[in-house]
Amino acid sequence: MQRIGVFVCWCGSNIAGTVDVQAVSDALQNEPGVVFSTNYQYMCSQAGQDIIKNAIAEHKLTGIVVCSCSPRMHEATFRKTAAAAGLNPYMVEIANIREQCSWVHKDMPTGTEKAIILGKAAVAKVNLNAPLKPGESPVTKRALVIGGGIAGIQTALDIAEAGFPVDIVEKKPTIGGKMAQLDKTFPTLDCAACILTPKMVDVAQNENIRIFSYSEVEEVGGFVGNFDVKIRKKARFVNEDICTGCGICTEKCPQKKVPNEFNLGMDNRRAIYIPFAQAVPKVATIDADYCTMLKTGKCGVCSKVCTAGAIDYTQKDEIIEEKYGAIVAATGFNPISMDKFDEYAYNQSKDVITSLEFERLTNAAGPSAGKLVRPSDGKHPHTIVFVQCVGSRCAACAEKGKEYCSKICCMYTAKHAMLTRDKYPDTDVYVFYIDVRTPGKAFDEFYRRAVEEYGVHYIKGMVGKVSPEGDKLMVQASDLLANKQLHIEADLVVLAAAIEPDKSARPLATQLTASMDTNDFFTEAHPKLRPVESPTAGVFLSGTCQGPKDIPETVSQASAAAAKVIGLLAKDKLTGNPCVAGSDELMCNGCSSCERVCPYGAITYVDKEFRMPDRTTRVRRVASVNEAVCQGCGACTVACPSGAMDLKGFATKQIIAEVDAICR
Amino acid sequence: MQKVTCDTLVAKACELLENGTVDRVLGWKNGEFVYDVTPALFTTVDDIKSEFVFNDFCGANFSKYLIEETRKTESKVLVFLKPCDTYSFNQLLTEHRFDREKVYAVGIPCEGMADITKVKAAAGDGITAIKAEGENLVISTLYDDDKAVACADVLAERCVVCKSKKHVAYDELLGEDGDVIDSNRFDEVEKLEAMTEDERFAFWQNELSRCIRCNACRDVCPACTCEKCVFDNPESSVVNKAISDSFEEKMFHIIRAFHVAGRCTDCGECSRVCPQNIPLHLLNRKFIKDINSFYGEYQAGAEAGSRAPLVDYTTEDIEPTDAVLKGASDNA
Amino acid sequence: MQINGEFQPKIVAFCCNWCSYAGADLAGNNRLAYPENVKIIKVPCSCRVNPMFILRAFQRGADGVILCGCHPGDCHYTSGNYYTRRRMALLFSMLNYLGIEKERTRVEWVSAAEGAKFAQTMNEFTEAVAALGENKRLEDLRCKK
Repeated sequence: MQRIGVFVCWCGSNIAGTVDVQAVSDALQNEPGVVFSTNYQYMCSQAGQDIIKNAIAEHKLTGIVVCSCSPRMHEATFRKTAAAAGLNPYMVEIANIREQCSWVHKDMPTGTEKAIILGKAAVAKVNLNAPLKPGESPVTKRALVIGGGIAGIQTALDIAEAGFPVDIVEKKPTIGGKMAQLDKTFPTLDCAACILTPKMVDVAQNENIRIFSYSEVEEVGGFVGNFDVKIRKKARFVNEDICTGCGICTEKCPQKKVPNEFNLGMDNRRAIYIPFAQAVPKVATIDADYCTMLKTGKCGVCSKVCTAGAIDYTQKDEIIEEKYGAIVAATGFNPISMDKFDEYAYNQSKDVITSLEFERLTNAAGPSAGKLVRPSDGKHPHTIVFVQCVGSRCAACAEKGKEYCSKICCMYTAKHAMLTRDKYPDTDVYVFYIDVRTPGKAFDEFYRRAVEEYGVHYIKGMVGKVSPEGDKLMVQASDLLANKQLHIEADLVVLAAAIEPDKSARPLATQLTASMDTNDFFTEAHPKLRPVESPTAGVFLSGTCQGPKDIPETVSQASAAAAKVIGLLAKDKLTGNPCVAGSDELMCNGCSSCERVCPYGAITYVDKEFRMPDRTTRVRRVASVNEAVCQGCGACTVACPSGAMDLKGFATKQIIAEVDAICR
Repeated sequence: MQKVTCDTLVAKACELLENGTVDRVLGWKNGEFVYDVTPALFTTVDDIKSEFVFNDFCGANFSKYLIEETRKTESKVLVFLKPCDTYSFNQLLTEHRFDREKVYAVGIPCEGMADITKVKAAAGDGITAIKAEGENLVISTLYDDDKAVACADVLAERCVVCKSKKHVAYDELLGEDGDVIDSNRFDEVEKLEAMTEDERFAFWQNELSRCIRCNACRDVCPACTCEKCVFDNPESSVVNKAISDSFEEKMFHIIRAFHVAGRCTDCGECSRVCPQNIPLHLLNRKFIKDINSFYGEYQAGAEAGSRAPLVDYTTEDIEPTDAVLKGASDNA
Repeated sequence: MQINGEFQPKIVAFCCNWCSYAGADLAGNNRLAYPENVKIIKVPCSCRVNPMFILRAFQRGADGVILCGCHPGDCHYTSGNYYTRRRMALLFSMLNYLGIEKERTRVEWVSAAEGAKFAQTMNEFTEAVAALGENKRLEDLRCKK
């Protein structure tokens, strides 16, 4: 029989306001096994923990129930308290009488009654608890960063600087990501390439970093400290080790009509290409969808002009298998498609562009060599209209856009407007906005400068319609402050398209068993206190795959994720979760049902000799659980028809005891 | 009338026993009454010659006996398998329940087995002898003249809706193999599905309240082969043999049906042995029908090593709420 | 159970640790009220819930049982909720086949971010079960006090 102590927390008035804590501790005093029951203002405080420790010693408690806030909040705290008093930490159960009782129920009698029942269920469970000891597993001291944008680059650099090997997997032929496409960066207006490309070079030169460009994660197995990852290195038909990046092939290739994705399709590249001059790795890639040689077997120009002999038309995808201790998701974002926003005539007129396209148009390495011209006729635009929140904060139009704020658009639009006015003072610049949101260091000052020093026309109101008429764009909009309709004859319209997580994030999350929110952003282990960790142990989050953010924020989050990875890789061993499955060999039929449902391959079968009552022996096939691999989901326990498989900490008997206590 | 005679089986059993291929034979012998045929283990030629029977009452499925018998021998066990038995045989192999090397399986054709309840209804009580003559059974009773009833009229329910005359596993086949049959075995289930919830509840309450928890259904079931059944294990929290009320029985039957769901081959032994004539196969067939309709056709035991639907999934599976609607036409 | 002459259903909610239990916590954090009839049992994953637990709850007097897990595709253990989905689809269909009202059983996918959905689900489920009245069909009468 257990000797159980019950500790009811008031949580100030959070619990005590709706639950009669004295009545709860009195009621639980009479439950089977309970030898001590008390209540206190803040059980999690030092004084509260001392009450628990003293009671464990004084009453020789073998188990404790804390009626308090959610176990997600303080279970770990109370387990430590118990351990400090010499009690096995898994002899602690929490009755969640705050989040799931006092905070959701209004009056004292119902709150108290429910709190008592929840307490009884916890007591019933502890009566059947057994001390558990966690297993240990080694840590592979290598990290994987998925995504080679600024987030992935920063994370990889920081981990590598700490002395751990890191691999970056980037699906494009070069690292650099979205930042490489930008012109200037707010609020200081340094050129993106000037601050990014040195970091890219650092990555290339760091001995601890390997770059798998033009590669994708194919399969993820294992668990924290011991991930097994298969990486598909796509055939680029160029031998990376030999290619010098001289670029002759990209000039001689006769296939000139390939939309250049780096410039968002605003100009063309060749079928063999290097995305941009500072690409890392600086090697050519053949686009198999367009290469005449690969499609028809006739051409071979690149191979003929390549003095290094790097072209290899027979190259195949390669699968690389590697073990990692930690994985960082840094898959980034894309602007959403403008196809559903017909009102802005994006698909009707070349002169309606997205802000990222505007970046390319103003970039010296862009399709117009940095000269701001209309894509349709190459003329200098005199009136430019910027439309904010295209698809952002779009609660009513969920099928078109996103409910959330994309966070970066207010600032980059201010930047675009300011730079346009700075370089071309003869242009009229209008910005239509719902609100201007510029929290951040030196951000609001930056926006004020655009309005006050550069004379950008900021108009509160939305653009209703853009209609191409001749070579003009007729913009119909409302000015909410002046309460009037506006008609503007514009030469260029720039849409601040909402951003969304990259499409590769969802399947990756499934492979990583990391959870996502409804917008396909990765969820954090805790939105406030563990913002760079995913709920899946060993998986970390870096950059916009977790939520919209600008460059400074991305970089700081990237470093934070790196710090977490370093903390993990610095350990030699990880202590596992002791709540693992175990099979009662005497009852096991050896039927393989459990093995088939185990997502971790933690169950194997062994032939084992059993002594029978008549002194004979019998060899039977029985399940055996690898406790280091088992994650404790319990799928096997239900698949097992004989009930031989049970889960420590969530045993069948314990759960049934809870059911009984609740239904009593 | 069965196409293969008792003499053929006896000859085959004696041959295999004498030439040392097997050291034991699973077969049938007469019980207390002529229609009361019982499974038996034979180890000598003499016993086989004197006691082995094969007639229209040899419904017992021997697959399950292989678990124990193969453990007892270093040689092989001879087992006679009707087509439906071979599905159970494969299912047990899938679950690694016996060593295939220790079995010599002889497939025998089956024309369907008779249901004694139907025979009695047609010929009356006090049966002293039953002889197969052509398409008829000639029945002698204490009280009346001999009476001939057509075999087809007294077929067991599971044989009326026979799902397969094809053997899916054997070492040797006596006679010719048949085909998988597109039977209407789900008709009864559909009738229940078309009822209202209240009607269904009334139906099952009436049926299951007769249960006496004798465990015959479990003991005969070739899918119920657990080393220790949850209902015999005080640790499982479901052990409870007292007859109390309808739910106790329901709980037993739901859990039993769920435990064999996806593994039940629909051999129909549970209903055959139920002393209370509860149509237990209608529970198992409901699961089979639902599995077919939710996850695609699946016949347990059709293929050894196949993955049972409950240890499998697709990302597009039907949601439970929709499944309930789909599972009963009344709800649609 | 009757309180002040009004039927109060007993409802057992099994919640997976990673999504639904956190979703319930979020409902609490946001003070989103739902009926006190609902009592939560934490399980590591919805796939830990054995049909026996559900039957046991009914046997011991529960009027409704709801099972909450991560959304399909979001299971912390990759595939646990896919097994749950199959098991519960078949179990609930069977219970209904036996004449148990379909409104007494439910599976709902509730993420850690869906506190509002958790509260709303519990409100709806409690209301639906309350409308059915006491669960006489699946209760073991001996277990009553």
